[in-house]
Amino acid sequence: MPPFPLPLTDLLGHWGAYVVYLLIGVGFGASLEMAGFGNSLKLAGQFYFKEQTVLKVMFTAIVVAMALLFLTSAVGLLDFNLVWVNPTYLWPGIVGGLIMGVGFIVGGFCPGTSLVAAATLKIDGIFFAVGTFFGVFLFGETIGLYDSFFYSSSYGRVTLMDVFHLPTGVVVLLVVCMALFMFWGAEQLERIFGKRDLAREPKWRYGAAAGLAALAAVVLFLGQPATEDRIAWAAPESEQALSGRRVQIEPAELLSLMHNDRLNLIMIDVRSESDYNRFHLLDAEHTHMQDLSAVAQRLLLGPENTVTVVMSNGEAAATQAWRILTAESVPNVYLLGGGVNAWITTFADESFLAAYPPTPAGEDQLAYQFAVALGDRFPAAYPDPEAFEIDFEPKVTLSSRRGPSGGGCGG
Amino acid sequence: MTTYTQTKPAATRGRRLRLMRSEPRPYLHPYLAGILLGVVLFLAFFLTGNGLGASGGVNRLVVFVEDLVAPEHVDRTAYLLEMAGGSENPLDSWIVFITIGTMIGGFLSGWLNGRLRFETNRGPNVPVRVRWLMAFLGGTIMAYGARLARGCTSGQALTGGATLSAGSWVIMFAIFGGGYALAYFLRRFWN
Repeated sequence: MPPFPLPLTDLLGHWGAYVVYLLIGVGFGASLEMAGFGNSLKLAGQFYFKEQTVLKVMFTAIVVAMALLFLTSAVGLLDFNLVWVNPTYLWPGIVGGLIMGVGFIVGGFCPGTSLVAAATLKIDGIFFAVGTFFGVFLFGETIGLYDSFFYSSSYGRVTLMDVFHLPTGVVVLLVVCMALFMFWGAEQLERIFGKRDLAREPKWRYGAAAGLAALAAVVLFLGQPATEDRIAWAAPESEQALSGRRVQIEPAELLSLMHNDRLNLIMIDVRSESDYNRFHLLDAEHTHMQDLSAVAQRLLLGPENTVTVVMSNGEAAATQAWRILTAESVPNVYLLGGGVNAWITTFADESFLAAYPPTPAGEDQLAYQFAVALGDRFPAAYPDPEAFEIDFEPKVTLSSRRGPSGGGCGG
Repeated sequence: MTTYTQTKPAATRGRRLRLMRSEPRPYLHPYLAGILLGVVLFLAFFLTGNGLGASGGVNRLVVFVEDLVAPEHVDRTAYLLEMAGGSENPLDSWIVFITIGTMIGGFLSGWLNGRLRFETNRGPNVPVRVRWLMAFLGGTIMAYGARLARGCTSGQALTGGATLSAGSWVIMFAIFGGGYALAYFLRRFWN
């Protein structure tokens, strides 16, 4: 598995990890200051075409970070699934963005730059920073009035690749081309509105642009790791866990998980739709094998106490599903040992078992012949834990998560 | 290091140990500053999996104070409860340390480059008190929008821009859209 991002809390401890964040913050603040973003005139100038520093710095930073991110991901150094991708909430984002634009031109800063301005004793920066405290307070007090809007139009972890159905490398190259075109346009604006002599601009910027385009071309050429690559990377560890039966949990343990209020339990049923309709566990989601990678993207955003259990009739399909989800870096994935067949054997009442004795079924086929499609309208879909006193060897542990922890400004 | 204007006054050389430089150094060339910022952003992702942010840290500072003053109120408000409900400490979050680091980094860079001075940057036709009032108002508006959009220019535009998050790109264009839409009406204020 790719070694980065690092499991900082495991390496340095809870507070030790924060030292890394502190240092990153120092680098962030210093770069903003050196760019001139402590000066509101430089920031506001962006909106009057004379000075395009904001656009140049921002888009350079975005494309440089983007190219490095997807390059390290392509060569297997960085696990992109463990990188925080801001989830999309379309309309709150648009409205919030427009409001931010207004605040930007009225106040001359954004929250980050005002902190830097305040730290370098710019009095307007201090007033803006105090304003951000007040605005944040106002939001906390008023969001309860319209929180259905705040949580509306949620699309989860979607990237431009998903929106345009393009490979990552193509999007990276297009974004670099767009940025270079915007830089060219910005310089023309500065020449026309800011009366700047472009001949005095340094020549190295052409070399930097060429280097960036070359980097994007390499990313396109290498491509991003597919699920199969990820399964191969994960194989040494995951095959050991499978053969040691460390991840196959007994039906009794799954029952106890279903009644554990401290856990966010996700059950994924990868059997055929007809088997699922005949009988399935209460709240188990039916998922096709080929949709698992998409499901993984959703599970990666889940809360830290999430436990995912995959199941099939026996274990074969569930084992493959487990491989996929684990390879996609979903934490705390287990599979139902013995599958749904074992579940029914354990929890169906005796009259049912007498009426429908298990028939010898092929590997991963439903061993019980239900006369009608019961779905979850069957006592064994949600057994009463009080009625079953079964000992089991507990296997589920919550591992501390590395990577995204509800990031960005969302913090 | 290549700086924006290539000429460096010879007189300021060798005076780095003084507490304060007499002449502020010029800012970095925008593309160079952008590369630097991009590398910092990349390292944040590469090492921690998280990006950068600013308003999230401010948010948690505010919630921390609210929790000191009115803990029952925090426990009754769903949005605040997530961060500071019961014994939860709102400051126990990575984003708070990024925010503290941002201020330290800004201060250090301003200090070493001789840009640490009390001043108010404003348009030539604006009284200083009006500028202060507008800065406060702008901060309030900006932060409100940043919370609604779940991140500001740093946490959405930069961070989400680099990871190609669809929502972040929409927000980025919305920010520029909102700014340009109003810029004409505020032209006397800045020019």
